[in-house]
Amino acid sequence: MRSNSAAASTAPDESIGGEGESRLPHSFPPSLVLGWLIALAAVLALSGSSEERQLSVYSRAANYSVAVVERNRVDYTGLLELLEPLGTVSAKASGDHWTFHYNDLEADFVAGRMRARVGGGDLNLPADFLLENSRGLVPLAGLSTLLPRILGGSITLNLSGRRLFVGEVAIHFTASVEKTVPPKLVMNFTSPVNPMIATEPGRLQMVFTHDPVVAPGSQTLTFDSKSIPSATFEESNGIAQLLVATVVPALASFSNDGRTITITPAAAPPMPNPPAQPPAQPPVPAARPAPAPPVVAPTEAGVPGGQHIFAVIDPAHGGDESGAVLTDQLQEKDVTLAFARRLRQVFTTHGLSAWLVRDGDLTLSLDQRAAMTNASGAAIYIVLHATSEGKGVRLYTALLPSGGENQGWFLDWETAQSSFEELSQMAAASVAGELANQQVLVHTLIAPLRPLNNVVTAALAIEVGPNNEDVSQLSSPEYQQGLAEAVASGVADLREKLEAQRK
Amino acid sequence: MIPRHLLIAVVVLLATTLGMGVYAWRIRGRVERTEASATNSQPVAPPAAGPSEQVTLYVANDEGGRLLPQAARIPLPSGRQERAQELLRALVDIYLGKSSPHVLGTGSEIRGVYLADPGLAVIDLNAAFANGHRSGVLVEELTLASLLATLSANIPAVTRVKVLVDGKERDTLAGHVDLTSFYDVSRVDQLVTQLATEP
Repeated sequence: MRSNSAAASTAPDESIGGEGESRLPHSFPPSLVLGWLIALAAVLALSGSSEERQLSVYSRAANYSVAVVERNRVDYTGLLELLEPLGTVSAKASGDHWTFHYNDLEADFVAGRMRARVGGGDLNLPADFLLENSRGLVPLAGLSTLLPRILGGSITLNLSGRRLFVGEVAIHFTASVEKTVPPKLVMNFTSPVNPMIATEPGRLQMVFTHDPVVAPGSQTLTFDSKSIPSATFEESNGIAQLLVATVVPALASFSNDGRTITITPAAAPPMPNPPAQPPAQPPVPAARPAPAPPVVAPTEAGVPGGQHIFAVIDPAHGGDESGAVLTDQLQEKDVTLAFARRLRQVFTTHGLSAWLVRDGDLTLSLDQRAAMTNASGAAIYIVLHATSEGKGVRLYTALLPSGGENQGWFLDWETAQSSFEELSQMAAASVAGELANQQVLVHTLIAPLRPLNNVVTAALAIEVGPNNEDVSQLSSPEYQQGLAEAVASGVADLREKLEAQRK
Repeated sequence: MIPRHLLIAVVVLLATTLGMGVYAWRIRGRVERTEASATNSQPVAPPAAGPSEQVTLYVANDEGGRLLPQAARIPLPSGRQERAQELLRALVDIYLGKSSPHVLGTGSEIRGVYLADPGLAVIDLNAAFANGHRSGVLVEELTLASLLATLSANIPAVTRVKVLVDGKERDTLAGHVDLTSFYDVSRVDQLVTQLATEP
């Protein structure tokens, strides 16, 4: 493709020579202009095709994607890469012949031929088999007949969306609008999902990158609601997305362990605290421009509207911002989210209501996180981090920056935490004591870590490291449960003091 | 016969033209030399070695997550700003060494230290320093505290510090520790005390 572009670029030079250089400064010959346009079109076409084409594969063993290449206007994929995560594979090229093994099954392909021999029987592919540098490429359209023979089970191939389902792994969902005030769209999925969610005027977008979510009966769902009139399901290049049309900005919240997503108009979000601030509540800092409105609603359906929540739990990072790469398979944003969900559960068992700042893979700014916390009126804010460096747990309270002058009722944004430093340090000490009781190595420090300094309640950051050399311990439910119990006990011990500061 | 006054005028004009030509030639040469020095992208050579002096470097150690003072003798120039730069460069050299107690990314450098406003120091890191830094609250905090504590311990007039990356403000060092604020040395000293103790 690059050579085509280069050839188009040379065309103008030839036309200049043919017409004579004297014309160049005054007027461009039509052939020259045409050549430039062709070159420009080629460049635009190349840049437009820069998105990597892929086939997403969903199976009980793993969800993954493989590259798709186009040859002679037909989509192909490498058979070895496609089946490698599902079993033991090997291949050997000998001249035009390519012998492929999957577990105990043998398949023979010949380059440039449509007929193949799979497991002792013949099979016709819809296009020629290709051999490139000993890599066997099969046409995508042939997978629906080829894979059942190799895998010995059923598959479902969505060719236009480039999504392949091995076995019964699809996640189905139902969607209906509940006519409450305000009305809300409730979507129930057959398994937990974790989409990326983005809001923009007129719609809310949910992108399912790793979840085998499939379309309901119709691609477009219409609802008898003026604020949420419809939703559209789309699949392309291995990714599914659900676009919810909304008349007003909407918020998404998760519940039922990720099986239920509720879309609510933002005009009346079900915030658990009343709109009026308690008399003794310090005013919300206003030295900075007001942050963007929150894009998620309180996530715990059990928190009744109109009541104070006790704790705001913030799984750090999320969405485009993945935090530290802990291992090849483990990102900080995923560990913090899993730990936050567990901590919420343990808080609830201790009788402490808790709300997650994000309960999905969302991108939120630090200002948004602080603004949501300050608006909630919670008694404590806990932000969770994870690291593969060092051992044990680090607890941080704010290291406030210099300067910062409050203007009457308005607190300086950068030093809004100043009135709560002592209480935050008491909370850190209480949690540290509980962790130490569980033989967890714990270090308590101050840190220049936003948004701790922007929060107007007791604020604490917890950085969780493995308690031994094994980084995978970070995602261990047992390890997380032990830490969550200690954190909840430490916070519960200080409950009265924390409650008192917000009254 | 050419009138005498015309002849004199022509001679004066010729002399003036010649003089201006010589002046323009010299100006051109000067501009070329200035441009050449302005576009020189070679790293700035270390200043001429001054007498060796005893200094205190606050060295981070990932083993145990501690920050401890360490005496060192390094050659220091006489200017305060240059001294500050050499101090931090000596510190970074320890982190880039083979037996580094707190590994920094390859190519990490201190671009400059500027002593501005009374008491304000601005540390300018290069992009490789921040881009190659490991991500995590403690590892980033150790680096920041190490730089700030070393600076304030050896340049007593410094009371506030700001950190830039490639001459620009950056949100965080590597995803965690805040770089948007100015830091009071007194608050950093409190952190240094905490980092000096065993967990």
